[in-house]
Amino acid sequence: MRVALFVTCLADLMRPNVAFAALKLLKLAGCTVEVPETQTCCGQPAYNSGDRATALTLARKVIDEFEGYEYVVLPSGSCAGMIRAHYEELCKDDPALLARAKKLAACTYELTDFLVNVAKLESVPGDFAGSITYHDSCSGLRELGIKQQPRQLLGKMGQVEIKEMSEAETCCGFGGTFSLKFGDISTKLADNKCENACATGADAIVGGDLGCLLNIEGRLRRKGDRKTQVLHVAEVLAGKLD
Amino acid sequence: MEIHSNDFKARAREALANPNLQKALKLVQVKFVPGRAAAAAEFGDFEALRDAGRDIRNRALENLDLWLERFEQEAIRRGARVHWARDAAEANAIIVGIAQANGVKKVVKSKSMVSEECGLNDALEAAGVTPVETDLGEYILQINDHEPPSHIVAPVIHKTRDEVSDLFHAKHGKPRTEDIGALCREAREILRPHFLSADMGISGANFLVAETGSTVIVTNEGNGRLCTTVPRIHVALTGIEKVVPTLEDLSVLLRLLPRSATGQPITNYVSMNTGVAGSGDSDGPEQFHIVLLDNGRSRVLGSELKEMLRCIRCGACMNHCPVYQAVGGHAYGWVYPGPMGSVLTPSYAGMEHAHELPHTATGCGQCSAVCPVRIPLPELMRKEREMQVEAGLRPWQERLSLKLWGWSASQSWLYGIGTAIAARFLKRLGGADKLIHRLPLGGGWTDGRDFPAPAGKTFRELYRARKNLH
Repeated sequence: MRVALFVTCLADLMRPNVAFAALKLLKLAGCTVEVPETQTCCGQPAYNSGDRATALTLARKVIDEFEGYEYVVLPSGSCAGMIRAHYEELCKDDPALLARAKKLAACTYELTDFLVNVAKLESVPGDFAGSITYHDSCSGLRELGIKQQPRQLLGKMGQVEIKEMSEAETCCGFGGTFSLKFGDISTKLADNKCENACATGADAIVGGDLGCLLNIEGRLRRKGDRKTQVLHVAEVLAGKLD
Repeated sequence: MEIHSNDFKARAREALANPNLQKALKLVQVKFVPGRAAAAAEFGDFEALRDAGRDIRNRALENLDLWLERFEQEAIRRGARVHWARDAAEANAIIVGIAQANGVKKVVKSKSMVSEECGLNDALEAAGVTPVETDLGEYILQINDHEPPSHIVAPVIHKTRDEVSDLFHAKHGKPRTEDIGALCREAREILRPHFLSADMGISGANFLVAETGSTVIVTNEGNGRLCTTVPRIHVALTGIEKVVPTLEDLSVLLRLLPRSATGQPITNYVSMNTGVAGSGDSDGPEQFHIVLLDNGRSRVLGSELKEMLRCIRCGACMNHCPVYQAVGGHAYGWVYPGPMGSVLTPSYAGMEHAHELPHTATGCGQCSAVCPVRIPLPELMRKEREMQVEAGLRPWQERLSLKLWGWSASQSWLYGIGTAIAARFLKRLGGADKLIHRLPLGGGWTDGRDFPAPAGKTFRELYRARKNLH
């Protein structure tokens, strides 16, 4: 399987290990992985802010870069959701581009969804030992149906115990630029999430979207919790990176 | 009603710091959210019911003019009078006119959000007519210096029992009690004589049925039925979008509405008002006026936001909205709060008075996941943001930063340099504990949270170095 990895702009800048972990997992699943070098961002921040022209420019660039691969995989439900659930609307006024966008959407997957349902990864190399609680990111959950996939993969790890938090499906308050525009509401929502997560007593809060994870970790640390780890699911599944 | 939607930020900050409100809002999460989930699960195929509800509302809206004309004909045939109001001022003038023509001094009101939209009580009072709110929640608000409702189904959800006890004690002059039954009895003793002495009753309408010319109200308190049947004149005020073609259609929506709103399979009362009292009838009004309000609805019908008109006012979107749960309804600054309000308010009250609202959601999608008629609320809010950008309504700093960011992200080499610099800069800011406590231009984030610092090099740099190594 010839797979293109879409690193996502947040992983590129904030946590490159998430992308390296995704790379390792995809290779283990038997994929030939390429990382198109000119990639930047899917355009979601502009799209959500109402700047359609900028979003369209970036969507066009993504389509140029990623069409032609058998699959496109992203370590983010939110960015994968942008391509799968929103490019069609964004490109609707340009029939030629729309056709290409639809084709790209059909072969685009969030990482855990791809590993479970397409690549059918049998075993995972991660060596995390302890308890984790999983935060279901909104776009992944409600736009792509990502719920059991990460849990199924984590379940393959012998020393991992999953402790479900209450309101796992409730927003952490990130919401992209919302977290800057409405900082105090965003913080309140992050607080609720941290309380629910910490109430499980888990060693780590794990999720599939870096935006949520930065938000949750940021609130935890500000409140003085230096102990609870906040990890991307790819990092947990991949284990040591070379 | 006066609009304060552009003060959302300040109002939300106050709401977050108000312990009574925070305590009261917990009820939304512990009562309405699990209630709706249990009712949907118990029903069986609730998803198919939502599909049917969406289709019925769409069918009504596709030929809204024809269904409204049919409704008018059927209502008139049964003795009702139908009035058309282009805006709130016209609706108020029509109702004040009816009151004055009939020498009405006192009106008993059943809960109506459209009357809040029109500011009807103020108009009645200005004309010397006393409106008495008889829904318990609305009554509480009225005696609390005409406080506006904070929820479309549970108007007084922002108050704790303690606060209501204090209020009743102060206004009724009776010994303070916290017993809910006793509080209800107190209100009832005051309200009963009003029903009997009022010259006119005003209600809203959850639905209008075209084939019978009926107005329908869905309520848990007997006040609605008293308002619509005891006084000699009944005025029903509602929006033009509320019409459904048939009773069969109504039966589907009546299954959806209470389950989505409060988790009830059916409300205590479902009242259908059809025509005036006949000669042999023991009760019912002599005059039945139906006031149908546009006030921006026909403009929405012709716009990209038209799906919003499917709304059946259940409140599920706000009940499930994490932002509403955190700040309550008053922060939104007008009649309709939460996600449905964030879409409707700019349309009805003018975008310039409500430009903050389409941004007041995280886009989590929980609202559209529970909407009984599948309104894509986050998508409609996003469309409103597009309208703002097109109209040049966003602050120049936001427009400029989006354009700059977009331009650099479309120039791959430049973007690579920019992110490499940013990664190093942010790493330095993070210091030894790898946490940024104060982010330049990012105070919205770091006022309440740290910002975890990056490792110092971008994936692109590291990957390229690794590839060159091999």
